Amino acid sequence: MNAPKLLVSLFLLFALALSACGGSSSQPTAPSPVGSTETQSPPSAAQTTTKGKIVISNWDAYMPADLLEKFTAETGIQVELALHATNEEIVGKLVASKGKGFDVVFMTGQFADAMAKMGLLSEIDYTKLPNSTNLFDEVKRIPFTKYAVPYTWGTTGLCYRSDLVNYEPDSWYDLLKPKAELVGKITMLSTDRWLLLPAQKALGFSANTTDEAEMQQVKELLIEAKKTLLAYDDTTFYSKLVSGEALLVEAWDGWCNYGIAENPDIRFVIPKEGSDLWVDAMVIPEPSENKEAAYAFIDYVLRPEIGTWVAENILYKVPNRAVMGQLSADLLNSFENLTIPPQELLKQEALQDVGEAQSLYSSVVAEVLASGQ
Amino acid sequence: MKKLVSPLVLLGPALTWLGIFLVLPLALIFVYSFFQRGAFGQIVPQFTLGNYMRLFNPTVLKVFLNSLRIASLVTVLALLLGYPTAYFITQQSARWKNTLLVLVILPFWTSYLIRTYAWIVLLNREGVLSRLLISLGLSREPISFLYNDTAIFIGLLYGYLPFMVLPLYSSIERLNPELREASFDLGATPLKTFLQVTLPLTLRGVVTGAIFVFVPSLGNFFVPELLGGGQRFMIGNMINNQFLKARDWPYGSAMAFGVMAIVLILLLFQAWITRRTEQS
Repeated sequence: MNAPKLLVSLFLLFALALSACGGSSSQPTAPSPVGSTETQSPPSAAQTTTKGKIVISNWDAYMPADLLEKFTAETGIQVELALHATNEEIVGKLVASKGKGFDVVFMTGQFADAMAKMGLLSEIDYTKLPNSTNLFDEVKRIPFTKYAVPYTWGTTGLCYRSDLVNYEPDSWYDLLKPKAELVGKITMLSTDRWLLLPAQKALGFSANTTDEAEMQQVKELLIEAKKTLLAYDDTTFYSKLVSGEALLVEAWDGWCNYGIAENPDIRFVIPKEGSDLWVDAMVIPEPSENKEAAYAFIDYVLRPEIGTWVAENILYKVPNRAVMGQLSADLLNSFENLTIPPQELLKQEALQDVGEAQSLYSSVVAEVLASGQ
Repeated sequence: MKKLVSPLVLLGPALTWLGIFLVLPLALIFVYSFFQRGAFGQIVPQFTLGNYMRLFNPTVLKVFLNSLRIASLVTVLALLLGYPTAYFITQQSARWKNTLLVLVILPFWTSYLIRTYAWIVLLNREGVLSRLLISLGLSREPISFLYNDTAIFIGLLYGYLPFMVLPLYSSIERLNPELREASFDLGATPLKTFLQVTLPLTLRGVVTGAIFVFVPSLGNFFVPELLGGGQRFMIGNMINNQFLKARDWPYGSAMAFGVMAIVLILLLFQAWITRRTEQS
């Protein structure tokens, strides 16, 4: 076999393998357990047996890098960290294992809500969390905090280039029925709940509506809005603002800050029709065998220094009074949306799992995305 | 005994691998496709044909047809570009052949996803191409080449062209040059020689290449999402959404099997063509 032939046959083998798995490389897959799992070495064998070990799962880089090390040093509890890229991924894992295998999991509120309704979460006993007194009182008004301890929170709104947009957008209609100058320079989020949110709120409906007639109107409005969009974008919308490709985008408050960090002319506004309240939270799966250690971990995360790290590095708001009161003026001036007070956030609607209506939601999303082809 | 052992030793590892990582997951997905979604996204083991019935709703059919259209067009374009390329490579000296083939394979050293992001850098409004056109005076306004069907064609064609070139190369390479010479000697024009000698004898390569391009184009979801701006919805996106966003695994599984049925029909067609060309 000569060299070119050998090359070709080798390549075709690869090609077969590749075509079998399509574009799987794009999926933000969970890093393999071997690669991602960091087992903290125990300070001593004796401590290990008395204090035990917990397994937590979080998004990558969503807490201080040295948190686990310090926690173990202080409490003697060993922590094994697994990572997940999306809520859907970790929920899939937990549902498949009926909640086994993890002691503390970070996830977004509406997913925690669904997990709690499936009976997979243990109810939180706040008396076991002394640091929970740091949490804003408003937190208790969010139904799913019975099962989930808030870590960060925020809302969704309009993020725009104040230097290139010559008026102040303040309505979802600025996004859905844009002025001529903004046509083709707008992006919307593509994850279903946030794709639907602007139209649900603009029409005065609940962000958790399960009414078919209302969803019909939502669909029609979104199909119209699609014609004036540049793109649906969940991941790079703020860089599109920075480059000037887009002038107005639907954005999560924290992500708008990533744009502001690169261009101070970028602004964030909560539309006057209202928006959602999202909460990223910590939950304890019901089957966890080391709940005491899980509580110790959550209590540690509620310390002000952890929240301060999150606000300064992730640029998200933290539902922690002790943190928000002492952020530097510099930070608050640069990233104005960090100053949105809890009362203002609580006026927005917490996203909840819509249960059976999910199939209605996905068919509306599919029809919107497939329209105009 | 010896006769039985050696195939087992030789094929054992590969068969185990395929069994665990291909057949088993496929079987799981097949079973899921007859189950129901629970209210909170669980998989409820209750038999239903409902997931398959839902494939016949107009939106799904539209997305299916649209994906078929895009994948077919990409395949035709890949063939039109790939055939002359492969033919050219076979005409070079052995050393050049090697170099050219390595060049064809070279892009695979980087992830397709990253190369797709690179296209965004090239094609966006403030991108390399747009700036180049302005500085050459060919355009006054920045132009975006992204977020439309053309961008999706470019992304898919770019990604899968090597899959067309290589099978074509190997089948053209295998063609005995004397057959073409004989055709010329008997007075056939170059066009006639190509159509009646070269093309029929390399049909296997054409069909193989076409399938290698068509199948992954049909299932691709990140090119429409990134270069199409998520506005062009292909069947891959739809399946991806069912699994990752709607958490409706049974429905997603049924869609995946719908795509697989199409692919299977194509593979049968390929087998039939192969057998026919081998007989003649």
